[in-house]
Amino acid sequence: MAADFKTAQPVEYYRQFLKKDVRPDGRELGEIRSTIVNIGSISTAEGSALVKLGNTTVICGIKAELCTPTNDEPKKGFVVPNVDLPPLCSPRFRPGPPSEQAQVVSQFIADVLKDSKMVNHEDLCIAEGKIVWVLYCDMMCLDYDGNVIDACIISLLAALRNVALPSIEVDEETAKPKLTSSTSSTMTVQSLPVSTSFAIFDNSILIADPTNEEENLATGVVTVVTNECGELCALHKPGGSSLSESQIQECVKRSFSRGDEIRKLLDETFNSLDR
Amino acid sequence: MTSQRADCGNLELRSQSCEQNLLSRPDGSATYCQGDTSVIVAVYGPAEVKQSKEFLDKATLEVIFKPKVGIPGCSEKFQERLIRNTCETIVLTALHPRSSINIIIQVMHNAGSLLSCCVNSTCMALLDAGLPMSCLVAAVTCSLSCDGDIILDPTSQQEKEAKAILTFVFESRDNEIITSNTHGIYSIKQYYSCVEACRKYGFVSCQSPLGTTNTVEQ
Repeated sequence: MAADFKTAQPVEYYRQFLKKDVRPDGRELGEIRSTIVNIGSISTAEGSALVKLGNTTVICGIKAELCTPTNDEPKKGFVVPNVDLPPLCSPRFRPGPPSEQAQVVSQFIADVLKDSKMVNHEDLCIAEGKIVWVLYCDMMCLDYDGNVIDACIISLLAALRNVALPSIEVDEETAKPKLTSSTSSTMTVQSLPVSTSFAIFDNSILIADPTNEEENLATGVVTVVTNECGELCALHKPGGSSLSESQIQECVKRSFSRGDEIRKLLDETFNSLDR
Repeated sequence: MTSQRADCGNLELRSQSCEQNLLSRPDGSATYCQGDTSVIVAVYGPAEVKQSKEFLDKATLEVIFKPKVGIPGCSEKFQERLIRNTCETIVLTALHPRSSINIIIQVMHNAGSLLSCCVNSTCMALLDAGLPMSCLVAAVTCSLSCDGDIILDPTSQQEKEAKAILTFVFESRDNEIITSNTHGIYSIKQYYSCVEACRKYGFVSCQSPLGTTNTVEQ
């Protein structure tokens, strides 16, 4: 009976739950699904992480390659993020060139990476004007159950902290790069941005960490990215129903607490790795 | 305020102008200039829709964003999505089910605050096309300099020097934010002061969009 009601009138079905300040999956309005992080899942990559946010699963692998820097910025390396939403993760994606959604998420992550200054690009320099590192950060969604941006950013952050680069030097005689020692050094991540997304339901109710179903029924979404210094890196609201200042305040407050939770979770995971 | 612009103060917009109905083929068109930034928009619709994109309960809104040079990439897709979502909020798409509304945005010149110029131009073109809308929108961009000064409607040079660039779209009914897009790092307090600074001008533009047009045509 409940299933029929849900299929026939999904919005009304949700309203009945939200009236009682609870969601159909049992969560409270501001509650975020349980987050699982696994670091170093891909042994052939320089850095990797798998993140699960409820059912939403994203795996991030970082490959490092050598390349020549641009003439304008001879000391700066490159970080190239890319998000892949394959047909595997949801029936809404078709095989072929990247979907609009994949391009939009990729661009958002590239913006966050640049705006928050996560990586000091000069750390990726090997020989000025000759050789620098380029980090290809590929995030692949394995299961699309909403809020893929948050999962992608956590996986990128975890994978970047996991990156270990071999030490390389340029041979002066041959001008070719050569390995100096077998040990590899970890990269420092300068800033730790964490994003939190909210869906706006019925033009007024804010729900944190929306599932795919909730995203489809929502009248708008907001994504807030915060860093560890208590600053905002992005407040992205692409259209949808309008928000009052107090609602924005509520979102920002929740994102700060969420950011601290995630940074603590990552620290704990890295500490358990070292042991 | 030390870095005042030659044309006007920091807390004022550059001179704006708009011309509607300048193209003969589209159902609605408009060009909008903010200082040297200029954008031209054409609107087609409601027209026939491809079956794969058809919705039974509303019109399909499509936005095509053409940069001045080069082929459109990821960042253009991002802009397209942002403008499409903004338009979907204001256009009453439910009144034209199973049809398409196409919005084509061509950048003519980018001298800063491009996104807000695109949104303003799109709103004027939609108005010219006579599509039913629940309200109007006005977009304002502002930039935060390193010492925290707010510059409204920044030029590209000012954008380059800025610590953060924030763009807001306000609707005309309650003057609330419907779109917010930001670059760079800023505090929550700075965010609110930017919203307030932009809202003042968003309100003026929303109240008299035709007023701007008329002054230009005279």
